Amino acid sequence: MTQAIRGGACVFLGIGGISVHRTSARAAVVLVAALAGASLAACSSQTQDTSSSGGGNASGTITVAGSTALLPLVKDASAAYQDAHKDVKISVSGGGSATGITQVAAKAIDIGDSDILAVGQSALVDHRVAVVGFAIVTNPSAGVKSLSRKQIQDVFAGKVANWKDVGGADQKVVPVNRPRSSGTRAVFIKTIMGTAVIAESGLVQDATGTVMSAIKQTPGAVSYVALSAITDGVTIVAVDGVAPTPETIASGKYPIWSYEHMYTYGEPKGDVAGFIDFVKNGKDRVQQNKFIAVSAMKVTETDR
Amino acid sequence: MIALQARRSRRVERLALFGLRVAAGFVIVTMAALLLYLGFEGTKTFFADHVSLGTFLFSPAFGVDAGQPGSAVFVIGSLAVTLFAIAVGGPFGVAVGIFLAEIAPHRMTSVLKPAIELMVGIPSVVYGWLGLTLLVPLIRTHTSSPAGFGLAAAGIVLSIMILPTVITLSEDAFRSLPAALKEGSLALGATRWQTITRVLLPSASSGIAVALILGIARAIGETLAIQMVIGNATQIPASLFAPTATLTTEIVTDMPGAAQGSLLEHSLFSMALLLLLMAMVLIVLVRLALRRRT
Repeated sequence: MTQAIRGGACVFLGIGGISVHRTSARAAVVLVAALAGASLAACSSQTQDTSSSGGGNASGTITVAGSTALLPLVKDASAAYQDAHKDVKISVSGGGSATGITQVAAKAIDIGDSDILAVGQSALVDHRVAVVGFAIVTNPSAGVKSLSRKQIQDVFAGKVANWKDVGGADQKVVPVNRPRSSGTRAVFIKTIMGTAVIAESGLVQDATGTVMSAIKQTPGAVSYVALSAITDGVTIVAVDGVAPTPETIASGKYPIWSYEHMYTYGEPKGDVAGFIDFVKNGKDRVQQNKFIAVSAMKVTETDR
Repeated sequence: MIALQARRSRRVERLALFGLRVAAGFVIVTMAALLLYLGFEGTKTFFADHVSLGTFLFSPAFGVDAGQPGSAVFVIGSLAVTLFAIAVGGPFGVAVGIFLAEIAPHRMTSVLKPAIELMVGIPSVVYGWLGLTLLVPLIRTHTSSPAGFGLAAAGIVLSIMILPTVITLSEDAFRSLPAALKEGSLALGATRWQTITRVLLPSASSGIAVALILGIARAIGETLAIQMVIGNATQIPASLFAPTATLTTEIVTDMPGAAQGSLLEHSLFSMALLLLLMAMVLIVLVRLALRRRT
């Protein structure tokens, strides 16, 4: 409420310049621009003061935002947690991994969800709450059931033009990528591409859902998608003969997987810590949402 | 009594004037804030990340990872789809404008006008959706393009989207011509077609220029509908059917994942600033065309 009044005052301050410099329109514009800049700066500094204090929040509302891949699991868990703890309110939203990391680093939220490691954020504490597997999926017309890592690299590097060159049907290869800022793309590069570079000539779809519909619709299309988002109508390709299942991922035989992270600013306390443990330890819930429990993993990685 | 009324009307007058000033001031403050913010954020690429202006404008590789973000691909993409749209939609729109102003019987105009107004009201996501479900498969099956996404799909969708702007404004340009021009030409024995091409069209040329420029402005700023059908590949299109990207589609594709303060975010802001500058150039052109008319 007070913020709204302050905001109004800021705008009003900007307008004051007009009546003073009525005679010279240009001077007024310059003055107003200067005033607007000053009052905006003042307003933004005020709003920053009111943001919450982050990971230490023990009671009241817990705010969670970030990764849309992890969102279904977090929503599920927050409903169950609030049922068990009537005094706690959890507000969950998406926005993407980068948003989650940025917001929690700015102490605007209590927990930031991310599919990727927060690099260079020393104040943030990482909590691995689940493991997510990714599959190479194609339009069924490609006619391939398994590809070697090298073949997948060549397909996405633009070196394979036709599926028949890698043992499939006589059908043009149409790689579909995620945007360069996508967490899914980052995992795919880290686990499969290595130093090989994704060709810029490939299509780019900005969300998992649009990738899935592009693959279903386009003959010869291929992409990489989180297991939790895969629906019927596409072919899942085995990597070096290993199909993505919870078992092959847990044993480390299947390569494309990553941790889902919940970041807090500093060590979490009270219900924030309680909720993170609740998400992590709810094995059945993790499996129902097609993730793999961290405790089930027989291998560990430090860089994903 | 009269004095009281006079005082009251003076108060109403003062209040009304104050209200108008507040409204006008609000517009100015909003615009100034927008310009300042975009100017501030959009130049960080150059001042904070030390990318040279030449690299940003002319480098064809969007090498964010290498610290060298070039936006040439997106500038070329924006210009290419806009050119396509105005080359296809421009003449078509002007033709419909002539038809509405000079030829169509009243009953036909009364059907066509609301239809064109409806075209403006259709949200761009609907145009994009139709493009994705009808146009993209059509292009895929009838051309060598394996996916159907690309420059042609985006250009066709855009051509349709700019039609209402071009039609309405060019119709207005014809309607605002003095009736004596047309009557004089017909009286001298010119046919209807001769009158349109040799008398009306040249006289309405600055109005038509405005219609086309505003059509271009509409095309260059369109985002969502294009993003759904253009393929968003960071490459200079080798053919009409190759996927590419524009300034607007690149911003909307990478914006959600761009971390605050990263080079990627800064370059996207710079692209937004570039778009704003392009819009400004177009507005100046409109002003020049209008000045020539008066």
